Amino acid sequence: LGHNIHFHDKKIALLEAGPRKEYDHLPDSYSNRVSSISPGSATLLSSCGAWDHVCSLRFKPFRRMQVWDACSEAMIVFEKDDLDDMGYIVENDVIMSALTKQLDAVADRVEVFYGSKAVGYTWPLPSHSCDTSPWVQVELADGRRLQTKLLIGADGHNSVVRKKAEINNIEHQYDQSAVVATLHLSEATDNNVAWQRFLPTGPIALLPLSDNASSLVWSTSHDHASELLAMDEESFVDSINSAFWSNTNHSDFIDAAGAMFRSAISLLRPSGTAVRQLPPSVAKVDPESRAMFPLGMGHATEYVQHRVALIGDAAHRVHPLAGQGVNLGFGDIACLADHLSAAAFSGSDLGSLKHLLKFETERQRHNVSLIAATDVLKRLYSTTLAPLVLLRTWGLQATNALPPVKVRI
Amino acid sequence: LSLFRFTVKRPFSTSHSSVDSKEMKKFQLLAHKWWDEEGEYAALHSMNDIRVPFIRDTLLSMSSNYHLGNPLSGIKILDVGCGGGLLSEPLARLGASVTGIDPVEDNIRTADRHKSFDPVLAKRIQYKSSSLEEIVEESMETFDVIVASEVVEHVADLEMFISCCSQVLKPEGSLFITTINRTQLSYVLGIVVAEKIIGIVPEGTHEWEKFVPPEELERLLESNGFSVKTVNGMLYNPLSGSWSWVESRSLNYAVHAVKSGARAQSQATDTAPETDTAGTAP
Repeated sequence: LGHNIHFHDKKIALLEAGPRKEYDHLPDSYSNRVSSISPGSATLLSSCGAWDHVCSLRFKPFRRMQVWDACSEAMIVFEKDDLDDMGYIVENDVIMSALTKQLDAVADRVEVFYGSKAVGYTWPLPSHSCDTSPWVQVELADGRRLQTKLLIGADGHNSVVRKKAEINNIEHQYDQSAVVATLHLSEATDNNVAWQRFLPTGPIALLPLSDNASSLVWSTSHDHASELLAMDEESFVDSINSAFWSNTNHSDFIDAAGAMFRSAISLLRPSGTAVRQLPPSVAKVDPESRAMFPLGMGHATEYVQHRVALIGDAAHRVHPLAGQGVNLGFGDIACLADHLSAAAFSGSDLGSLKHLLKFETERQRHNVSLIAATDVLKRLYSTTLAPLVLLRTWGLQATNALPPVKVRI
Repeated sequence: LSLFRFTVKRPFSTSHSSVDSKEMKKFQLLAHKWWDEEGEYAALHSMNDIRVPFIRDTLLSMSSNYHLGNPLSGIKILDVGCGGGLLSEPLARLGASVTGIDPVEDNIRTADRHKSFDPVLAKRIQYKSSSLEEIVEESMETFDVIVASEVVEHVADLEMFISCCSQVLKPEGSLFITTINRTQLSYVLGIVVAEKIIGIVPEGTHEWEKFVPPEELERLLESNGFSVKTVNGMLYNPLSGSWSWVESRSLNYAVHAVKSGARAQSQATDTAPETDTAGTAP
């Protein structure tokens, strides 16, 4: 918003609990928190000039995504026909650093309060009884008071803004935690493919960072996650390789059924079965790079209220299996920025529900289906029961063969 | 219905004023309801979605140096019949210096109070409880733009109103009017349905006899030194609560006219009203 011309004479305050994060000098090791940035999100970041900084720091484009089942041979491959990048794996710290630089560039309009915390909010009364200020009052931990026409809550899945605004949140804790780590591959390779395998305990994904390093995101039960963190490095690496390579979960029945379906498809659509590539094997894990965090799903019943808007994880929280969490958030931002920009150019009060509701409708329509689909996928792939495995095997193979469906995904 | 063979009598006003005191009383009762976006004035709030871009884009297209972040900066606007300031505020936010006048004191009080919370608006807008005639003497040729939105269907003497507009407007200044046409359709939809049936307009707000057909408005404007540039039809959708531009002017319509240049004589011959569609944001 700070870079938006229609916000030329508006004042924006950003409350950031953490310290200022900027890289003067890129550390050699990779951070273990990374995100898969979609091309759409990259466009958003470049519209405010941040993507250039990301490119000058470091990031890894990937061209292909191979997703397959541990219980069968079914597999689906995503790639763009025109050899364009499908997405980019970027460390979160790199994105933060890029954004910090761009915030500096509009410091006259955007004031960032690092290390700050809001301790109280005073909401405005209904607009037509204005004897008190009709704006939102925010009280900071250091005693300062701010007032604003629009409060945007981007404070994560435990959003305080959402709670204080008394917006209901439908939430559900998965019995899973995600284990992240930075891995070194046995041999250097082009490494422009993202890999994900659905194990009965949860999906394991390998996201490329460079020609010989990848980032791990392994969603599994809390107990298993703690085990993985506790084991020594060699055992950890073995578990990862075995997760990707072992076929213990296959059953002959499923394999046969799958093979039959596959030959049926190749009769109907010769190009419908893609070549199976083999994922890389892992040699080493970066010490200190192992970490875990619990997973859950959440969706706020309302994204907006008079003078309040929720974006990102504050509005919706999703399982990492689709790699979409942060992209949904970027999508929220692009949409909200559009509506606010049009509102500013029409001289409207920025906190007015009229355009906020348009943002909410647009995003809810988009987000709800994706969040529901991700949840369904997670549940569908959490089982070894033959009928469901068969269903998802055939479903995956069919989806792989149908370009229109794949493109939509 | 024999209503439509009414011969419309212009109310004979003995007062030297375009203000109709009966009209004033109607608005007094609702003075505190202006800023409830979902209340009685909801339709006026949502009219901002088309009338502000209309004014903004017309003025932008007439000027050569402007800043998209502050499109109306440096422009002095008079909002006649400003009510609670619904239109004054967005225009001021876009950078204009706005003077809002309204004969109903309670309206001005509401408008003043509402703008007082915003330091930027408080500086850019001045409200005055007054009729148009009362400010003519001290404001000759002062304003770049006059906006009279949803006003001319309430005035007692339309010709005097327009003449006063001409006096306080700078040469080549713009006059924007939105009002309601006097047709069978506007009686049925504008009064019967809007006021009595679905209540999107407070009952008794409008009197059909005072609605102004665009032809009559154009005639009055042209004979008072204005050149009519644009006449666009507007339509309100009560289900979605939003306004849109339409071909037909049989209900609501908006007019943009420009006061002719330095010469005081009105150029009656060479100004044929051109109608072009506006209303698309850049």
